[in-house]
Amino acid sequence: MPDILRAAAPGSLLPYGLGRSYGDSCLNAGRELIDCCRLNRILGFDESTGMLRCESGVSLSDILDVFLPKGWFLPVTPGTRFVTVGGAIANDVHGKNHHCAGTFGAHVRQIGLHRSNDGLVICNSNSEDNPDMLRATIGGLGLTGVIAWADIQLKRVAGPWIDAESIPFESLDNFLDLSRESNDRFEYTVAWLDCFAGKNPRGIFFRGNHAAKSGKEFHPKRGPKLPFALPAWMLNLYSVRAFNTAYYKFHASRRGAAVVPYDSFFYPLDSIRQWNLLYGKQGFLQYQCVIPETNVAAVEELLDRIARSGMGSFLGVLKQFGSAPPAGMLSFPRPGLTIALDFAMRGEPTLRLMQSLDEIVQQSGGALYPAKDARMSPALFEASFPRWRGFVPYIDPKMSSSFWRRVTGAQ
Amino acid sequence: MTAANMKKIIILGAASGIALEVQRKLACQGCQLLLVARSSQRLSEIQADLAARGAQKVMTYSADLASVQQHAAVFDFARRTLPDFDTVLLAYGSMHDQKDSETSVDTLLEELQVNFVSASAILTLFAGDLERRRTGCLAAITSVAGDRGRRSNYVYGSAKGALSLFLQGLRSRLHPAGVRVITIKPGPVQTPMTDHLPNAARFADPQQVARDIVRALERRSPDVLYTPKIWRYVMTVVQQIPETIFKRLSF
Repeated sequence: MPDILRAAAPGSLLPYGLGRSYGDSCLNAGRELIDCCRLNRILGFDESTGMLRCESGVSLSDILDVFLPKGWFLPVTPGTRFVTVGGAIANDVHGKNHHCAGTFGAHVRQIGLHRSNDGLVICNSNSEDNPDMLRATIGGLGLTGVIAWADIQLKRVAGPWIDAESIPFESLDNFLDLSRESNDRFEYTVAWLDCFAGKNPRGIFFRGNHAAKSGKEFHPKRGPKLPFALPAWMLNLYSVRAFNTAYYKFHASRRGAAVVPYDSFFYPLDSIRQWNLLYGKQGFLQYQCVIPETNVAAVEELLDRIARSGMGSFLGVLKQFGSAPPAGMLSFPRPGLTIALDFAMRGEPTLRLMQSLDEIVQQSGGALYPAKDARMSPALFEASFPRWRGFVPYIDPKMSSSFWRRVTGAQ
Repeated sequence: MTAANMKKIIILGAASGIALEVQRKLACQGCQLLLVARSSQRLSEIQADLAARGAQKVMTYSADLASVQQHAAVFDFARRTLPDFDTVLLAYGSMHDQKDSETSVDTLLEELQVNFVSASAILTLFAGDLERRRTGCLAAITSVAGDRGRRSNYVYGSAKGALSLFLQGLRSRLHPAGVRVITIKPGPVQTPMTDHLPNAARFADPQQVARDIVRALERRSPDVLYTPKIWRYVMTVVQQIPETIFKRLSF
């Protein structure tokens, strides 16, 4: 790795993991990517403390496969297990437990970082060793260097089961009440949203805790695989609306508590491999923003515009972030409501709708999530991350990305 | 056979891309492993990774298996340290650029030496031991490339094809002794061996291939494993193409 970094031209490289970022933050158009997936060794594990040291290409899926049977779980997990540790740090990913555990980066104690000028640099969160470089690398979009390895604090659990509850709601206030009431008692909270319902969205609120008993033996199932891209017309206003209604009715009729396996609770989409092909060859754009909680009217306006456009899809997610201080300089999560929505790419009309959503986000003092973005303007990036210039000195001169050039005008 | 009684495994070529993933799965199941590979530094890195994943006992021995002269020492070490081994997996191989093997006889011979000559030699040593003890399983990774000679890859293909034939005969010889022989034929897999090939990003995931291999080691069947499974059907079709047509195909 030091040789690769030394030999490269300035701004020519970007580390790449499993490529689950939805936009161009993991791309480097016309330049080079470093495939980190074979940096996949586990270097050490302390069974008394749960501290794991592994290389950056190890996937969260690998960690679960190896350590969940031993009673350890990820401190924070995003909605897919197919991301690398390096990617989880570089995007400072969050999960359903943000209100009590913060982001993934908050559980990274130390990293080894390959820098083109300085070799392998050790960065530690609570010592003299480059704590600022660690804060820059967490959420740093891979621009500070190549993460060689990381020390991650895993979390003790009794077993693979989750005590889960699902509760239907029929308005934003209703959701907020549920969320506030649940955040103290439940480690994990999230809501699915029917984005066709407008200002007063109906949805299903999911909440859960790790089950206290190890429970019966757990056999992970491998789901089906979508073999090819579906024709674009299959996802239309009517089919998605019908799906959303059916999904809502199904969960509303089964409201209440159940013990469910962790994978269906955390990773429902992973059960269909290549689910992204649902959106056809044109693919989709995702829109994930956060809007300050004091500005519920902006959230309503956003949902209203989406409902009126008729372009929303069946993957609408709503979650209340907690108030933990950000772990990284460019971390996305901040106190407020985050909404994530998929839009099948239909060209100009889709982009126009998203631009009109941008206005609301910007006016409300919110932010867009770089890991999910392929199109935000430099102005919106500036508004979302007003302190990004303070991050620039930490960028490795050999690193760049399509995203970074697009939103900052860097060369 | 279940994972519980499939305990003591020798892996020849432990640093190969497929072997790395197979070992990780076996280590998590609590198997005892003896790993043989060229580089002792690589071996100690692999050992540390497996230990962190919960491996019970991992031993290593560094040797260049392409060199038949070193085989006796490997075999001796195995019999001393893991005398009641029950499974041997041969996982090493090499794939030079086909063009180099066409222009350089040395490269051609090296390709045959690594993939066939040395492989059949060391399998013969271990086969004799398992036959005497009337137990166990020999598995070797060959390739779908060995099912038909193709313009673009026939040197590697012929070496792997010869190994497949060798295993076929060995299977029949060891059958009365109750020793199982598995021929593993992967399609193209994303490993360091294939990085130089075009479209390498579309090749199979080594974790998936490893899953298939571990499952085959645990069960009684099949004798010949194609992985990913689709290659069984693809190669059935490819083998039916008449030679007059096949010789005109450039793939």
